[in-house]
Formats: sequence, structure tokens, C-alpha cells
Amino acid sequence: MAQASGKSAGKSFFGRFGVHLAVLFFVLIWTLPTIGILVTSLRDKNQIVASGWWTSFSSSMQTSATRLSPPSSQVQKDGKFVIEGNLFETPGSSAVSAFGTRSAQPTEFKAGDVADLKDGVTLQVNADGSYVFASPVAFDGDNGRRVYYAATMPPKFTTDNYNTVLLSEGIGRSFLNSLTVTIPATIIPIMIAAFAAYALAWMRFPGRALLIAVIIGLLVVPLQMALIPLLELYNGVGNLFGVPSKTYLGIWLAHTGFGLPFAIYLLRSYMAGLPRELMESARIDGASDFEIFTKIVLPLSFPVLASFAIFQFLWVWNDLLVAMVFLGSGNDQLVLTGRLNALLGSRGGDWEILTTSAFITIIVPLLVFFSLQRYFVRGLLAGSVKGG
Amino acid sequence: MANLKLRSVEKAYGSIKILHGIDLDIQSGEFIVFVGPSGCGKSTLLRSIAGLEEITGGTLEIDNEVVNDVPPSKRGIAMVFQSYALYPHMTVYDNMAFGMKIAREDKAEIDRRVRQAAEILQLTKYLDRLPKAMSGGQRQRVAIGRAIVRNPKVFLFDEPLSNLDAALRVATRIEIAKLKESMPNTTMIYVTHDQVEAMTLADRIVVLKDGHVEQVGSPMQLYKKPGNLFVAQFIGSPAMNILPARVAKAGATTEVAVDGGSSVSVPIATPAGAAGTEISFGVRPEDLYVSKGTKALFEGKVDYIEQLGEVQLVYVDIGRGADRPLTAKLPGNAAVERGQTLRLDADSGDLHIFDANGSSFVPHEIEAKAA
Repeated sequence: MAQASGKSAGKSFFGRFGVHLAVLFFVLIWTLPTIGILVTSLRDKNQIVASGWWTSFSSSMQTSATRLSPPSSQVQKDGKFVIEGNLFETPGSSAVSAFGTRSAQPTEFKAGDVADLKDGVTLQVNADGSYVFASPVAFDGDNGRRVYYAATMPPKFTTDNYNTVLLSEGIGRSFLNSLTVTIPATIIPIMIAAFAAYALAWMRFPGRALLIAVIIGLLVVPLQMALIPLLELYNGVGNLFGVPSKTYLGIWLAHTGFGLPFAIYLLRSYMAGLPRELMESARIDGASDFEIFTKIVLPLSFPVLASFAIFQFLWVWNDLLVAMVFLGSGNDQLVLTGRLNALLGSRGGDWEILTTSAFITIIVPLLVFFSLQRYFVRGLLAGSVKGG
Repeated sequence: MANLKLRSVEKAYGSIKILHGIDLDIQSGEFIVFVGPSGCGKSTLLRSIAGLEEITGGTLEIDNEVVNDVPPSKRGIAMVFQSYALYPHMTVYDNMAFGMKIAREDKAEIDRRVRQAAEILQLTKYLDRLPKAMSGGQRQRVAIGRAIVRNPKVFLFDEPLSNLDAALRVATRIEIAKLKESMPNTTMIYVTHDQVEAMTLADRIVVLKDGHVEQVGSPMQLYKKPGNLFVAQFIGSPAMNILPARVAKAGATTEVAVDGGSSVSVPIATPAGAAGTEISFGVRPEDLYVSKGTKALFEGKVDYIEQLGEVQLVYVDIGRGADRPLTAKLPGNAAVERGQTLRLDADSGDLHIFDANGSSFVPHEIEAKAA
């Protein structure tokens, strides 16, 4: 298939060029927001407010305030009292472009200018941050004078946001909760569906066609319709055994149920496409249905198992609705989507918290996709039949 | 090692009958080939013997034991499929060992048998490869090796060469013939639609058509004494010329007046009542030769010539119209030109006659009893 599409697209230079352009376009559309979230989550929270993430790789202009050295450090020079020093702790780490002494006009003077501050008092701030503060009379007081300046700051990245979010905002705990929900809710339906798919594809029994039709029909049943009856049913059965209403077992079963029709449908059509002669050959070799399933069909179905695993994993990981219904909102049960939702309310303005939490939420789906995506591409069947 | 007995074997899918009561006896150690046009039921018959299809009537015996309800693995058979059906995720070694591993046989014994089979088929250095890293011919050898390892009483081949290219087909055909030679006691049943494979490999050929056995016999029997019109035209390439004719005189030798030809005496006995009846007269293209004399069986204008090098196929219009020519296979160096008038003759022993139902007047076997 890859060959065929390569051929048709490779017909002309413009065809190929167009395809490459379109690919580039979609790659940009899809990856830019992700990169934005990642970059923002790594920035200092003051810089996030000052400028967009795309400026963070170059120096950014930022207005800050600081105090000059206190009057105790003044020296007498040429009949004037002078305080000298540098605005920055490490001189030259950034460049001052303008300064001022009033918060209303923080960039009143250009760097290097001598500002006349009345009564003969002058202040000169150079680009490198060094300053000369001079007065005909001695400075008094305990604190140094407050000055404002605009400086270009070099890019600054930090993992502080991650520490904050993971340890004190509860994202770490929710991350574990989400994994607790997602991993069994991915594995259980695959195991059930694989058996069902083999039976529906390769075993003959009465009512098989009807059963397949019912399963296909279930594909279009909206989840919302079944949600409450399902919860009622679970609670009813749970009462018999003394199981509380909101448990991980409940949400595993719910996700299994919602995932099964698609899983069976996907796996069945793949397994039905395996060459019949493989099964017949195995049967002549003396393999039972169970052995054919475990030794032949299951290994060959790995690509489709992986692709369904990705679907189900992403769907469960990103699910909010089912989790809201079947799990509680306590710290030990709140999943990532629920936590993000809560954070939007309580910390809506704190972008560093939100972007960091969002990135933690998408990092697992990204890992899952990149580790399994080659099974989409690789045809495991090559070599089984002529030309395969 | 095992003989097979098929007694009125039937197979039907719902109301559609595929096999209509097949009777066949196969001797231990025979190489039997099923041939027939596509849809004739030859593959279904093979799969029924394998146990992959349940027969809906009759009995099937392997080694004097009725196996109608015995699962494939217990019938003592091994099958080689057209598409090889190798397990793509297993190495050559595991492919060949699969059956024995399922049967939980001793590891050392498995190893011995696999290596022995690999030795026979020169696969030893490929044992660790996956099927996808092998050529078509090698894959087919692995499939045969897998059958050998099972040490079956009966080998079943389902068109094993049709996926190979022409050169490889010839080479593998010879390999299969040698394999059979090295296992003289093993019964082999081979399905093909290629009559060259059938002719070269078979001890006996079973010609099938529409779920019926048309004729059973050795390759030369089928070629020399076809039991009916279908077999006569199916075996041999190009097909036998069939012409309408009339019996002029019945008896120990039959006088036949051929449409578009002259009268000829055929040394085949016909019953007295046959005189005057319409029959079919057949002569193979390769049995025709250019007549030296002035009198000949056929005389006509050369309509078209296909030069194949060693031979040429000459289409002669013998007065029945250019769309129904007589085909003659003449030596490649014979001086024949288009438009030329050609006189063709054939030896009387090479002539065939068939009655109005298409059946030969020569006694022949349809149901192959013990040869």
C-alpha cells in the first residue's frame, strides 16, 4: 500500500512537492501547540506573563526594579558624595536599555545618560548595569534608592514548575490514579476481544452471523445512554457483595464494556484476513483451536493488538465523563483530566501551572504512540504467502 | 505405506453438489494426480481426503480404516498448500517442528527429524531464517519439509507449483519426482491443472470434471486411449482435433466417413448396430503428417501457421470454414506456406472414434479398481 501511494504521488515533481508541502503543513499544525505547551511549562513564571513562548529562545525585554547600594557605601569624590555599583549581581548578565526613578516612568532615561534628579543630584546607569549616583550633599537614610530599569534578559528555563505541580498541586497523585485506571482498562478488553474475535472469525457455530451483527450494532450506541443504567447495575450487584459504589474495578469494567465492540470489530476483521491456509495447515499439524489462537493467530495479530491498544489507551486516558461517573473526586481517585478541570477553576490565571499539568497529561499518550507506532507501519505478514 | 479407498464420496454445500459419488482405489506407494479444469472439484476432493472438508456422503478409508469423522491430524496425512502456508513469525526450523511440538514429542527426536528433512531438501543452512527472507522455491521446499517431518502415510499436494515461475516450476517438479523416488512406500496425491505436471509425475492420473471422475489411468493410457471426448481434448496440447463422422461399416475394424475428409478404416471394433450412426472422429495434431502420395485423409488450404521453432502448428481449412480448422503439429523445418494446399495423413493406430455420447468404443476404466 505504501508502495502504491508512493507511486501515484511520485508521478510529477509538482505532485511530490505538493505532498511534501502538505505534510510539512500538517506536521506544523499538529506539533506547534505541543511545543508551545512544553516550552511554556519550562519557563520562569514571570517571563510567561511578560512575553509569548516563541520569544523565549531569544532575549526578552523586561522591566524590573531594584535598589541602589545604601548610603553607608558612599564615598567623597571631587567634592561630591558618590555611590557606585552595579544593578546586577553578576555584571554583564543582561543589558540595560533604559532606566528611571519613578514607577510611573520606569524607562524615562536611556542607558548611559546622566539623569538630573533635582538639587544637583545625578544618576547615570550604563548598559552593563554599572551606575554612578552623585549628590552635592551627603546621602542619608538606611535604604538605597529605588530605581527602575528595562533590561534584555537572556532565555531562562527551569524545571521549578514541574516540582511545584507534581508535589504540591496533586498532579503526581492524579498521574498515578490515571495509570491505575488506564492500564487495566486497556489490557482487559484486549484479552477478551482477542478470544472473541478469533471465535467470530474462524470458528463455526450457530448464530455467529447474528452475534457479529449485534456487535457491529453496539458500535453506534452512544456511551451517554448507557452510563447511568450501567452505574445502577454495578451498584446493585455491588450491594450484594458489599462493594462500594465508586471503585477502580467499576471503571475498569465500564471502560471494558465501552471498548469491547470496537475492539472485537477491529480484531475480527484483521484476523479474518489472515490466510485460511495457515489455520488449515496448523490443524493438519494437530493444533487445537486454542493452540491455533495462541501460537499462530495471536503472534500474527500483534500489529492490530498494538493499534487497538493505542486507541483504547488514549481514549481512556483522555476520558473525563466515565471517570466522573464511576470514580469519586477524592485525592486517591481523581484522574488527571479531572484534576486539570479542577485546576482550571482554582488556578485559572496561573499559566505555568496549567501548561505544566497539561504537558504531564499528554506525555504518556505521546510515549505510548511513539513506542507502538511502528506496528501500524510494519506488515508482520510479509513472507507467509507468495508476494506477501 | 497406506492405501486409500473412496466409495461414492459426495460433498455438497447446502443444495449445491460439488462431488457426485467418487469411487477411487489408491494403492500404497502410488503417485496419483488429480487433474481437471477449474471448478471440477479436484481441490475439494483433496481437502476431503485431508479432512479439511467433511464429506456429506460415502466412505473414505485410509489404511483400511474409515476416517470420515477422524480429524485431519489423526489421518496420517500431510499437506502442501499452493500458498505454502508457512507460519510467517516462525523460523524455518520452528515451521518444520511445529507439528511435532504440538504433539509434545521428544525434543531430541524433533531435532533429528527436522535436520534429516532439511538435509534431504538442502535447507540446513536456512533453518534459522524467517520465511520472508526466502525465495518462492525455498519456501515451497520448507512447506514440503514440514510435510516430510510429519512422516505421513499420505502426502497431499494442492497445486504446489502454481505460484512458482516457469523455470523454478520445472526444477521443483523434478525435485518432487526425486522425492517420491526416495520414498517409494509413501502414497502421494497431487492436484494440478497443469497437464504437463500430471503427465510427468503421475503413476496414474484421475481426470475430473464437474465432480465426476471421467477416467483413471496411467498417463500414456489416457493419452493413447482416452475414454471419452473430454479426456481426449483435455490431455495433450494442442487439443485433439474432433470432427463429426459417420460409421460406414461396423465390425472388427470400422469404416468411418469423416466430415471434411475421406473415408478411413479405423482398427477399433464397433457393434453391428453402429452402422450409419453419427460419431465423433478424433486425431491428435502431432499424429498428422504430410502425405507423400496423392491420396490422404485430409486435404485443405493452410490458413495460418504458428512457428514454435522445433515444431510448427499448422491450421488447415479442410472445407469446414476457416473458423473450424484442422490443427496439425508438423516439424519446425517442414516447408509449409500459407495458402498452400496440404495433404495430411495419420497412421490408423492413432485414430480415435467416440460414440454419440462422447464415450470411446475402446474398453476403458472409469472407476479405478486395483490396477
